Amino acid sequence: MTGGRLLAVFLCLATVGLVVIGTLWPVPAAAAWAGGTGGFISSSSTPEGAVNNFANDLGHHAWQEAYSTLANKGKFTEQDFVRDMTGSYPGLRTYASLDNFEVRPLHASDNEAQVELRLHWSTVVGTFLDTRTLQVVKNGDHWAPVWPIVKEQHVPPQVIPVTYLRWDVIYRGPEDDWGAQDVEAPHVRIIDMHPVERAAGVVVLGELLNEDVVPAYVSVKATLLGKNGSPIATEDSFDKISHLLLPKQVTPFLITFPNVSLSDVDSIHMDPTSSLVAASADPVIEIQNQKLSPAPDAWFSGSLVNQSGQNVSIAHVLGTFYDQSGQLVWVADQYIDRALLPQTPVSFAIPVPEDLARKISTERAVVATYSPGGFQ
Amino acid sequence: MKHAFTFLIGVTVSAGALPALAQSGNLDLPKSIVAGSAFSIQSTSSAQGVLYIVGPGQVLKRDVQPGQPITIAAGDLDCAGHYLAVLTSGSSTETGEFDVVPGSQPATLSFLAKPSRLPVGLQSGISGAVYIFDAFQNLITAPTPVSFQLSIPSEATQSRTVVSRQGAAWTDMNSGSKDGNAKFVAQAGDVSATRVIQQVPGDPCGLKMSAKKVGEQIQLETDPLRDCSGNAVTDGTIVTFTESWNGGQTTVDVPLKHGIAQAEVPAYNGARISVATGVVMGNEIRWANQ
Repeated sequence: MTGGRLLAVFLCLATVGLVVIGTLWPVPAAAAWAGGTGGFISSSSTPEGAVNNFANDLGHHAWQEAYSTLANKGKFTEQDFVRDMTGSYPGLRTYASLDNFEVRPLHASDNEAQVELRLHWSTVVGTFLDTRTLQVVKNGDHWAPVWPIVKEQHVPPQVIPVTYLRWDVIYRGPEDDWGAQDVEAPHVRIIDMHPVERAAGVVVLGELLNEDVVPAYVSVKATLLGKNGSPIATEDSFDKISHLLLPKQVTPFLITFPNVSLSDVDSIHMDPTSSLVAASADPVIEIQNQKLSPAPDAWFSGSLVNQSGQNVSIAHVLGTFYDQSGQLVWVADQYIDRALLPQTPVSFAIPVPEDLARKISTERAVVATYSPGGFQ
Repeated sequence: MKHAFTFLIGVTVSAGALPALAQSGNLDLPKSIVAGSAFSIQSTSSAQGVLYIVGPGQVLKRDVQPGQPITIAAGDLDCAGHYLAVLTSGSSTETGEFDVVPGSQPATLSFLAKPSRLPVGLQSGISGAVYIFDAFQNLITAPTPVSFQLSIPSEATQSRTVVSRQGAAWTDMNSGSKDGNAKFVAQAGDVSATRVIQQVPGDPCGLKMSAKKVGEQIQLETDPLRDCSGNAVTDGTIVTFTESWNGGQTTVDVPLKHGIAQAEVPAYNGARISVATGVVMGNEIRWANQ
């Protein structure tokens, strides 16, 4: 009986103690998530503390507070700062929220320091990382960050005539007789497929071709079959594919089967599906300066140039990597966090696993784009 | 729903009639009747009664007067199948069975033609299947000749005649060498059905591009794209230009417009430029700045 009381008292004291510790010295990411301000603010008496406070404000979308703490706010307006954070045009950044952040001191002197701020933004298509290196200067008894503003280019008002092809579809109606013809679904074909084993499980890589003369909305489903022919798991490519394929266009795809070993797989059943959709050949995206930096820190980088007249809200870059014999080695992707404005280059950099990067001989990139109004 | 209701009535009537069958006679019925035609049944009953005709898709009820034939008017019994006739009169019951067969004259065709779109020059690429029905939508199961014709503009018409089996006839045809809309017609008797088959160009043949310098860029342009039969490749087809230089690469996917694809890429001395569409590769150019 006495032992039970002692345990209860101990648990109560431990709980109160942990609450006090968590309140006084919160983890920055947890503080950002908690949504509080005043109580979680660390002191600006150190460079890291100043950047922490600044990042907390970003996490709460408290742009005014964040802007007011900057040492170089005289060099740009608050609107410029907000546009840097959320994008001037609707894009992935516009709807992102700060998931967590890391502050890494690089070097410091009495009056000046350099700090790396890694902002992990969360979006509906996953997280993206925004890394900025900040100068932090001492201003009296506190430190203030110098924000390295990225000013988005503006496209002057103009009319850009485009004459790209559009496809519209009239499907059969409900009143049509049985046996009446409907429009044919586009013919698509898997031209390459290759399973690989990774730490996370089995990954099925491949390429899909639209061999028709009409646009196709495509998806690929794969079923792993065991030694006895029974299905082990079924997955689809989800967003690791360019869903809209114009005539003769090729997209890579990647399907992940977590916690499955390739040694358990006897065969793979592939099921590509396609449906006819209204689409436009606009916008055309040029991918410039594609480069693969070699391992150990392997990146596939380049820049996208929107050659059309409409803004692209979200661009999705899919990189396909081949070895010397032309065999598919890997598929990697990245969403671009800023809108693509006409004729304005936007860079991308996709990390490539180190072990695979050593095998890569050639690479190819495709871009899927999403704009308000869908495929229209 | 209609069939289920008919079946329910049929079962009820038959079940009611069965106890009486032991003391019944047989109705004098024709062995088979063409769907929708008129016929009469002679009854030997000397009292008033009721005649039920129960089949897979229809149930008829007629009052019977003594000594008078029972007349079924044209169009009253139009659903093909095996029927049971039950005449109840007082305590006696007469029964009989007969078949209603489809008319021999086709009235409508269900014509399934696939695919509705295919590339030129495909052997047995087009298939057509026809189901033949009479005026009352009964499947005509008797062998019936069906002619299939595929007319392609500026090409000879392909024709086949197939005799139907169990109400269906089918065939396959080759796509022609010219793109355009082909008319696929199936005809049985005086009835025909038409489907349109869109013949589209095949893969490009001899993809070739040229390059010229425009300012600081190289302007790339393909020759007009044609397939191996000489048809112009459809506008909107994606052509990929790839420029490789010193470890770097630029690619651009452009849609074909008015038969040609155009793109501009940066001018790098010694760059290798290639062109492809789908799985078809074109020529390669090595660029040297003048």
